[in-house]
Amino acid sequence: MTEMVYGAVPDRGGEPILPKWWRTLDKWSMCCVLLLFVIGLLLGLASSPPLASRNGFQPFHYVQRQAFFGGLAVISMLLTSMMSPVVVRRLAVIGFLGAFVALALLPFFGTDFGKGAVRWFSLGFASVQPSEFLKPGFMVAAAWMLAASQEINGPPGKLWSFSLCIAIVLMLAMQPDFGQACLVLFGWGVMYFVAGAPMLLLVGMAAMVVLGGSLAYSYSEHFARRIDGFMNPDLDPTTQLGYATNAIREGGLFGVGVGEGQVKWSLPDAHTDFIIAVAAEEYGLILVLVIIALYSIVVVRSLMRLMRERDPFIRLAGTGLACTFGVQAIINMGVAVRLLPAKGMTLPFVSYGGSSLIAGGIAVGMLLAFTRSRPQGEIADILRGRGR
Amino acid sequence: MIRTPLRPLARILSARDRGENPDAIERENLRRRHEEMQDKSRARAEGRLLVLGLVFFCAFSAIGARMGVVSVSEAEEPEANAIGTPIAAQRGDIVDRHGRILATNFETHSLYAQPPQMVDPVASAKGLKAIFPDLDEERLIRDFTGKRKFVWIKKRISPEQKQAVHDIGDPGLLFGPREMRLYPNGTLAAHVLGGASFGKEGVNAAEVIGVAGVEKQFDGYLRDPANAGQPLELSLDLTVQAAAERVLAGGMKIMNARGAASILMDVHTGEVISMVSLPNFDPNDRPAPPTSGFDPSVSPLFNRAVQGLYELGSTFKIFAVAQAMNLGLVTPETIIDTRGPIRWGKFRISDFHNYGNELSVTKIIEKSSNIGTARLAQQIGAERQKQFLASLGFFEPTPFEVVESAGAQPLLPKNWSELSTMTISYGHGLSASPLHLAAAYATVANGGHYVSPTILKKEGVQHGPQVMSEQASRDSRIMLRRVVTEGTASLAEVPGYAVAGKTGTADKPKPRGGYYEDKVIATFASMFPANDPKYVLIVTLDEPSENSGSEPRRTAGWTAVPVAAEMIARVAPLLGLRPEIEPRVQPSVTLASN
Repeated sequence: MTEMVYGAVPDRGGEPILPKWWRTLDKWSMCCVLLLFVIGLLLGLASSPPLASRNGFQPFHYVQRQAFFGGLAVISMLLTSMMSPVVVRRLAVIGFLGAFVALALLPFFGTDFGKGAVRWFSLGFASVQPSEFLKPGFMVAAAWMLAASQEINGPPGKLWSFSLCIAIVLMLAMQPDFGQACLVLFGWGVMYFVAGAPMLLLVGMAAMVVLGGSLAYSYSEHFARRIDGFMNPDLDPTTQLGYATNAIREGGLFGVGVGEGQVKWSLPDAHTDFIIAVAAEEYGLILVLVIIALYSIVVVRSLMRLMRERDPFIRLAGTGLACTFGVQAIINMGVAVRLLPAKGMTLPFVSYGGSSLIAGGIAVGMLLAFTRSRPQGEIADILRGRGR
Repeated sequence: MIRTPLRPLARILSARDRGENPDAIERENLRRRHEEMQDKSRARAEGRLLVLGLVFFCAFSAIGARMGVVSVSEAEEPEANAIGTPIAAQRGDIVDRHGRILATNFETHSLYAQPPQMVDPVASAKGLKAIFPDLDEERLIRDFTGKRKFVWIKKRISPEQKQAVHDIGDPGLLFGPREMRLYPNGTLAAHVLGGASFGKEGVNAAEVIGVAGVEKQFDGYLRDPANAGQPLELSLDLTVQAAAERVLAGGMKIMNARGAASILMDVHTGEVISMVSLPNFDPNDRPAPPTSGFDPSVSPLFNRAVQGLYELGSTFKIFAVAQAMNLGLVTPETIIDTRGPIRWGKFRISDFHNYGNELSVTKIIEKSSNIGTARLAQQIGAERQKQFLASLGFFEPTPFEVVESAGAQPLLPKNWSELSTMTISYGHGLSASPLHLAAAYATVANGGHYVSPTILKKEGVQHGPQVMSEQASRDSRIMLRRVVTEGTASLAEVPGYAVAGKTGTADKPKPRGGYYEDKVIATFASMFPANDPKYVLIVTLDEPSENSGSEPRRTAGWTAVPVAAEMIARVAPLLGLRPEIEPRVQPSVTLASN
């Protein structure tokens, strides 16, 4: 009767979306990511005016673009994080296929913007770098395959995902973009590691990496020069690295002051690869330590949350995403302090770059979606008496 | 591991008995097995995720720590840092036999620009033009405003110029230290020293390499860091060298010669005490070598004493006479038939004057008779003559340690005929350098021992193998002394120092064959003091002409000899030779009777 008068109560199918999202979300990680984005804008204010004046734009042209793309990135991150893992997986696999095709078409339709590597599609107002979108998509797709192979009577997902990985690495290496290629390989390796790679194979892989590195050293002059520059104990202060190191020294603990830095005028990549040097010079060690802490909180927290995860797919995909995110930051900052050989790599969320920002937003959104707390069957375990 | 079967027969049968579907049992077992597998992989993943988390935490901490270390270290002024092996500087000094500096190093600066760091390229270019008028301002502006990242402007600048450039105040103008080679004595001993220039150049240093003379010969020694602080000691005596150069330059001018060379050599050690070749040059500012198609001997870089190959004329006669005496064919008093001219095919050998039908061997040298020496050479024969001249060093370049001497291969007749034997006995048909002659005269002077000429300081007597007997050497010296006292070199009489020597006047060969009538090479080969010679002095004038008389006189007796005499008069006291003062005539007691 009541139903006839008031109409049927719509079946909500559980909790409303927003409260559930907020309740289950890893709020700390999301705050860290948002903070990183704000820091990126702040550093963009410092580092990009020289570039803008060099290219004949308004001083804050690049900051505006960074804010615009960053806004898009934050929105896509929030939206993605609200999706359920299954939806994320479907969209990511579709997106991965699209990005894969786009990457394959790069040699025909791409442009190199005079930088010697064909990595972009030019869309007029902006350019898209498919490899940035490919990375998170690949992580999810590969995790799906690896997880499927763990099922009884599952497909040979390890072999499939590995072949796919090698295909992507080769395509990226041909651009050439060794940095992204290494990231993809690294992401797959980490997932395979967590999926239960035999120890012997891991040792073999380490040997392969060493062998490949020495081969690249002897056959690629570009690569060899970078390694030599890294090995050489005395630094030529007129190189990018020299300027970066000097900027970090100039900054000291508290920095030379907002807008007072000099390094942004001499480094062509101050707004991307060496943004940490700008941060160190103007704001000092304090801000750098804050940035490092933010990255490590995101990565370590995500990994710890994934430890409790029961679904192998979610566990693997989350691991791949978190580790690529973290390793990218480590490489970028490690290069600036000469812990690692020079390799151009953007600092996720902080460096300027439209594709990298949005793709980063999507990736972190997926990570947040995977790390949301969900029932892990603990009650059933306790009931069955094998709870821990 | 105990595998539980998916369909345990007992349970299936009992289920069937109860009328249940036995598939449910299989599904339940499958689910269990799946769960077990999942639990196992989850446990493993948990461990590995923990490892990953720790690794990431450590990596981030390491970067943070490293950032901290870098940021508390002191910032450096960016300065150019040359990559690659540092260029070793500090070339060794060169000193004379008394340790006086002949060549040393001097700290200067090079000037270069790094256009990307320049504040005002155009003003800097104008400023540089004002300091260095020889620079091209247009070109500088083009270099500074173009794409170049590095521009050399000057290789060496003085401290005053450096300060002036500094005052321009452009941070893109930079200085690199440059060690340059300095020859404080200017043109003195220029040909011996040679010169140096920059080899590999870097921003912070440049390699100094020798390009000629001893600088090139001993380049490895001078650059060897193991010899740091050990200068190269030459046999030259700076004071003697200076006196010899002054006298020779004056003589060359008075005698209207094109060039001149002198060598002063110690007869017992072969050390060259002074070596002059005129015209000379300043090794601090070495002229460019002559381009091809140009007679190299005209260039001031040409070392006449070492590189110049001349037919040295009658100075060779003493070798024929000494050999004839050494072989016992003649004694100084033997009378030789000197009726001339000797006809040999279409060739005639005659004397400058007719000296009569016969002369003693001593007189042959004294008068410089071509016919007489040719007769002696006929007696000696080609084979023995060749052997003797070879033992005096006339067949090989001298082992002298100046790099140019290796190229001075004496010119020998292709076919050593009897005619060649005769002409070579009086110095025609064989071209050798004045240095060859000096070494051979040293052999005559020191009692018949070969000495190899050297530019390095030696200790003690350096006699080589005995080439002629003591007796022949002594008789030759007596004859050479008579050339001065009674013969063609009478102008060589120097008060206090007995000089012995032999003149030589050779017609210059034309480049296309034949000889010039009016161009000669006048040589005086001498030794002093005559009774126990210590030094040999060779003076050679190229195309001299003494014009004080009614007609130009070109023979060595009128040109090379007075120059050599003046040189001996100046140099002998510097060498520490004691002049022989003639005993004062005692007022004799006159017996008078009346």
